[in-house]
This record gives sequence, structure tokens and C-alpha cells, in this order.
Amino acid sequence: MFFTSYEFFGFLTVLFLVYYLLPKRCQQPLLLAASYVFYAAAGLSGLLYILATTVTVYFAGLRIGDNLKRQSAYLKARKAELDKEQKRAYKESQMHVRRRWLVGCLLLNLAILAVVKYANFFIANVNSILSAFGGGGELSFLSLALPLGISFYTFQSIGYLIDVYRGTAPAEKNLMRFALFVSFFPQLIQGPISRYGDLSETLCQPHAFTSRQFCFGLQRMLWGYFKKLVVADRVLAAVSTITGDQMTGGYVLAGMVLYTLELYADFTGGIDIAIGVAEALGITVQENFHRPYFSKSLKEYWRRWHISMCSWFRDYLFYPLSTSKPMQRFTRFARKRFGEKVGRRMPVYIATFVVWFATGVWHGANWNFIVWGLCNFAVLMISEELEPLYSRFHQRFAVGGQSWYKFFRVGRTFLLICVLNLFDCYPTLSGTFGAFASIFTAGNWSVLWDGSLLSIGLSALDYGILAIGTAVMLGVSLVQRSGGVREKIAAKPYPVRFVLWYGLFLAVLLAGAYGVGYDASQFIYNQF
Amino acid sequence: MNMKRGLKIGISAMIVLGSLFLLQRLLMPKYVDDIVEGAMVAEYYQEEKDHDVLFVGDCEVYENFSPIVLWEEYGINSYIRGSAEQYIWQSYYLLEDALRYETPQAVVFNIQSLQFSESQREAYNRMSLEGMEWSPVKVKAILASMREEEHFLDYVFPILRYHSRWSELTEADVMYMFRTKKVSHNGYYMRVDVRPAEDVPEGKPLADYSFGENAWKYLDMMADLCEEKGIQLVFIKAPSLYPYWYPEWEEQVEAYAAERNLPYINFLELQEETGIDYTTDTYDGGLHMNLSGAEKLSRYFGRYLSEEIGLPDRRDETELAAVWKEKIAAYEAEKQAQYAYYGIEKES
Repeated sequence: MFFTSYEFFGFLTVLFLVYYLLPKRCQQPLLLAASYVFYAAAGLSGLLYILATTVTVYFAGLRIGDNLKRQSAYLKARKAELDKEQKRAYKESQMHVRRRWLVGCLLLNLAILAVVKYANFFIANVNSILSAFGGGGELSFLSLALPLGISFYTFQSIGYLIDVYRGTAPAEKNLMRFALFVSFFPQLIQGPISRYGDLSETLCQPHAFTSRQFCFGLQRMLWGYFKKLVVADRVLAAVSTITGDQMTGGYVLAGMVLYTLELYADFTGGIDIAIGVAEALGITVQENFHRPYFSKSLKEYWRRWHISMCSWFRDYLFYPLSTSKPMQRFTRFARKRFGEKVGRRMPVYIATFVVWFATGVWHGANWNFIVWGLCNFAVLMISEELEPLYSRFHQRFAVGGQSWYKFFRVGRTFLLICVLNLFDCYPTLSGTFGAFASIFTAGNWSVLWDGSLLSIGLSALDYGILAIGTAVMLGVSLVQRSGGVREKIAAKPYPVRFVLWYGLFLAVLLAGAYGVGYDASQFIYNQF
Repeated sequence: MNMKRGLKIGISAMIVLGSLFLLQRLLMPKYVDDIVEGAMVAEYYQEEKDHDVLFVGDCEVYENFSPIVLWEEYGINSYIRGSAEQYIWQSYYLLEDALRYETPQAVVFNIQSLQFSESQREAYNRMSLEGMEWSPVKVKAILASMREEEHFLDYVFPILRYHSRWSELTEADVMYMFRTKKVSHNGYYMRVDVRPAEDVPEGKPLADYSFGENAWKYLDMMADLCEEKGIQLVFIKAPSLYPYWYPEWEEQVEAYAAERNLPYINFLELQEETGIDYTTDTYDGGLHMNLSGAEKLSRYFGRYLSEEIGLPDRRDETELAAVWKEKIAAYEAEKQAQYAYYGIEKES
């Protein structure tokens, strides 16, 4: 059930009605049932996976939580009897117990993720190696359907379990509440990856209908549909033509910019819809984007793009890794071996490398994604290393505060993102590098202005719509810098509000790329 | 305060519904120029429904038989419920729909569409179904016809289907927003131009010549429906040379007609009797008859309907004759207009 399907609108209409008509105590079970119905619509087998994750993480969380409580009670009861050493020994022994639960559950869930998402990638690589060494037998591929949103709900569940292990979140005793946290349908298939502490409370509170909140939710959804249907799905045809037909040079240049536009409109549009649905239900879901294409550096971009995923990797991989005992030992070794300056940075770089490798792997079972992650790592590290040079430049030339320089930095970052996104456009590394190289070797940049771009699946009218759509998105982003757009519109007189929102609705209705004649496309991030 | 709010909501709702209605009317194809087949199904509802015979089927009926000739020469009051590539389930439901208003003495079904057991193109579904008035029959017809990429809701709110047509709107879309113009003569689509049938391709061998299960199901339903209503069902195969009509298909139809004791006429085998001349009687190289061919065919078939089926000669019914007089005038006018358009010299 895509967010853009009629079935989804029917599903939502019924849910909104029942949700606000039933007694508030029924809202939670209703949301859980609705989430499972939504999920089951994509295939019943997927439901088994999400149930397995829910149950295993729930029980592991309970065990860890109980253990923490027992430890606390034990230490409290024997406060006077035990000396510091005994307390430490006891804590350590309990920590081992909790760690066993944590690691066991993590391994189990990551193994599920690995098998369904990465097994065939692994098999393909093994087969390539066997074939390269003249090996006879080939491993057969597994025919497993990738459960919808498995990366998202697995990471969300793992985040919860680590929080419980760290003692920063209480273990949830109510299985239904926990199941709802894992499976809450608006964010199930493309995020945001919520934290238990942020979501559980708002999710499980009773919600009374308020027209303002409900309308705000619908408005946010409408804005998401505008981005998805008017912009993203319109660009799709051109990007598919350029990459599918292996066009070169100027076409690749146009394609990577168009894809970057598509990716933004698609992903942020999907998240707008998810947040809007939740808002209409009275539930607050964290934001996942903060005007990412206004970033002046790649580092800033990754603080503003897919915020929930980046913060997940930061909190649950980067910090634990960079502060782990082996890493501390390595830091000491590196300082001695390579000097204070280099030795201090090495653990950070290693942890960053692991994070970007993992980010690449998370995005998909494909070398392209892995190399994409590593390219991000490389750019970030090079920028970090060149920081002293930048500082000297800015000391020498005071351009940092000037508008043109800010624009230059924004443009430069955007172009860099466009180039990195090429890895997402092509299925193979050779295809990606070949396409990138062709920008400089094909010598056909004239296609950018000689009308050739009218033959890639977009008419002049489509470009016009895209230009307007992009201008509207840009305008909204600019307005957002000084506060919420919906709040600002809500403060306007009724006729102005009516014209704006109904105009947006008509734009989606009339200029949306949906229905027969258009390829129904799912959101790009659904596949992750 | 509440009244003010109510008024605001009421006016907004009216603006929204009104503008959506207008947009839908504007964006829906009007089928008045070029492809007029999509307008034919709707024309039936403007008729006095007292027909002696109804033709159902695809282009092989609406381009090959002239109800005007049937009236002029045999006094048979007939109507053709046909549209482009009308599938058998659509023919069945258009018949069921027509039987809500009238019970003709005979129904003529062209069996060419038995070759299809599922819809081939959404565009043809649209042309056959959009003109139907809403009723449970239309709902069944849509459900039976929809392809995988189609949605029922798009039929209920056609604006969802035609939302992007604003880029191809013409003057006709504005002109015919709330009215329509006649595009057929009792369902007959007239063409007077000539393109002789030359080098008609032979049919390619098929892996399986059996008609599909769905096609048989609706043929049974049609036969049962006619039997239940006491209507004589007549199967025909129009004399179109292409798409190729395989002998294996012919055998199946003959066997079915014999089993159900229904008449079946294959006009492909009656070239001499009908007088069809494929050098002068087709406008597209043998696919469809032109006016000359349709009139020849109607003359022959009218005699059959009159003599074998026993359809009455109603030319002495004053009111009906007056209606037909107007239809004949329109028919003659279009004939002359087309002769002029195609530069054909004919005696008027």
C-alpha cells in the first residue's frame, strides 16, 4: 500500500474516522492493528519478520531492564555490607548478563537483516571470486522477499534496546505499546528512525481531535504529495532514460542534477506525508530534514539530511566505537607511534570510516552504496585535513561573511552531492565511474541547451512544471528559516489560506504524475 | 460565530465542488473530433428505446451495418451498441444495460471479439465504458474490464484519470463541456472514402486457437440472457478481412451456435451474395466497410432479419417514421459533407 495509492487514502479515511470516534483507550490497539494491516498489505511474510523483531527485542529489553532493577535493588539493600570493590565486581557480573542479552538479541536481528537483505549480495561476491579462481560450483541465490522497511524498524528496535542497556530508556513492559513503537505505520517504510524516548510517549497518549492539529497534518501531507507527485515522479522518467539508455556527457550532468532534485522531493515528500499522517493522529514524529541543500559543506549536509539515520549511526555506532576500550588502547598506541596530532585523530577517522561503511551497507546490498559511503568518508576526511588551510585562507581573505561566498559554498556542496548521488543512479561501479568520466570526455555539453533534453522523457511543459515546483520548494525553504510555514499561513485571513491550500491541492491534482500513463513509483527510500 | 463559520465552510465547499466539477467536465475527452468512437455508447440514451434489433460488438458492427438502410428498405428499427475493440464482456453488459430500457426482438452479436479473454488496452475500456449511464450494470462492466493498472475510482471520478489533459485541451473541449454532438447514425459510424483491400496479410499461426475461458463465459451469459428475455440471438462474423479470422475459430463458433441452436452467419463466406467488392467497399484496406459496403451488407442482412427472424416492417408507424425521416436527413447530409471532404463525386 503505497502512500500514493488510492487504497492508502481509503485506509487513512477509515482510520481517522474510527480513531477519533472510538473511546480514547481504543486508540493504541487501533493504531497497532492499522499498522499491521498496512504492513500486511505488502505481503503476509513480511509481518512474520516484524513480529519476530518486536518479540525478541521486547523480551531482551525486559530482561535487561529487570536485571538493571535487580542490580539497583541488590546494591541498595546491601549498601552497607559491600565494599567498593565488591560493588564493582557485582556490577560487572550483572553487566555481563545484560551484555549477553543485548549482543544475543542484536546478533539475531542483524542476522535476520543480513540474511534477507545481504545474503544474495554475499553469494554473488562469493560466486565472482570462485569464478575468478576457476572454481566450478556456483552457490545458488536465495529467493527471499525483502520485508518492507526492515532496515528502518530493525534500527529503531536496536536503538531502543541499546538505550535500555545504557539505562537511558526504561524497558517497556507493555508488549502492545512496544509493538506499536516498532510498527507505527507512517514511519515504518522510510523513517524517520525514531528514538523510543521521543516517540513512545506521544504515541501512547490519548489524543482528542483538534481541528487545528488535524488540518496541520493534512496540510503537511498535501505538501509531501506535491513534492512527490509534481516534482519527484515527473523527474523519474528523465533520470530513468538517462541511466537506462546509458547516455553520456552532458546528459549525465543533467541527470545527476535532476536525480538530486528527485531524491530530495521524493524522500522529503515521503517524510512530510509520514509526519503529516502522524500529526493528524495527534502524534509528533521528529523531523528528518533541515533544508539540507542549503548546506555549505558536506559535513553540514549530513547534519541536515536524513537526520534520524545520521544521529542513529552517531549515537549507536560512532560514539560506542570511538570510546570503546580497544579504541582507547589503539589511541594510546597511535599517539606514541605517530605523534600526538595524528594519533589523536586516528580513532575518530577509523570510527568515521566504519560509520560510513555501515551507512553504505545500510542503504543497500550493492558495492555502489558501499563505495558511495566511502566516498563520503573520503570527502569529509579530506575537508577535515584541509581545515587549517581553509582557516589560513579566511584569515588572509575576509570573504566568509559575504553573500556571494555563501552562495558559492552552497552551490559547491550541492554539486558535490549531485556527484555522490551518481552512485545511486547506476547499478554498477563501472557504470557509475564511466558515466562520471563521460562528463569530461564525451564533449557533448551542448545537449544542455540545444533542445536534446526534450527527448529524455520530459517535455518543455514538464520542465516548466519542474521549474515552478522547484521554485515553490525553494521559496518554502526560505520562508521556513524564520519559522513554520503552516503557522504563518494560518495567521493569514481565511480567503488567503483557502486560495493557498486549495491551489496546492489543485496543483497536485492537475500536475501530479500519477495514474494511468505514468509509472506508479514507490518512494526511493522504501527499498532501503 | 458558528453561523459565520458554517457559512465559510459552505461557501468553500461549494467553490471546491463546483470547480472540481467544471474541471472534470473540461478535462474529459469529448470524442467529437478524430476519434469519435468514445462518444457512441452515450448516444444510445438520447434515443427512443423501442428497437426491433440491437447490434452489439466492436468496429465490425458499428462500421459495417447501416440502420438507415435497414429502416429505409425493410422498416426495421435498429440500433448499434458498439465501440472500438469492444470486448465481449462489454458487449454483454451494454446489452444488459439496454435491456433495462427495452426488449428487442433480436440481438446481433459479432463474434470477432471472442479472440480476447481480457482487456487489451485501457483506452478501449474508457471508450466503451465512460458513456454508459451509472447503474449496477456499469459497475459490473467496469469491474469486468479493468486492467491491472486501472482503478475503479478513476471511472467514478474521471478527473483522476484525465488530470493531465489540460496540456492538450482544444476549443472542442470548451465547446462541448456541457453538450455533445451526434457522431453516429443509430450507432453507425460513416466513412465514404475508399481504400481497396490489397495485400491483406495472412494470419500468423497461433500456439492455441481456443477461445479463452472468460470469452466463453460471457458468450454463455449473453445466450442465456437472450433466452431468458425471449430474444433471438444471432451471431455474425462481419466481412472484415483483417484481423484474420482463423478456420479453427470458425469451427468453435459453428459448434457453439449449433449446440445452442442459434443462427450464425459468416459474411466472409458470402461475398457474392452480399455483393461486397473489396476494391470499392472498404475505406481502410479491408478492415472496415465504407458506406457503400455497409449499405450492401445491410441490404442483405435486412432481408435475412425480415424474412428469417421475422422482424416487422414499421414504416407505417407515423411517429417512428417521422423520427427516421430526421435521421435520414442527417445521414444524407453527412454523406454529402463527407463526399465533399474526400473529393468524391456522387449523385445526390
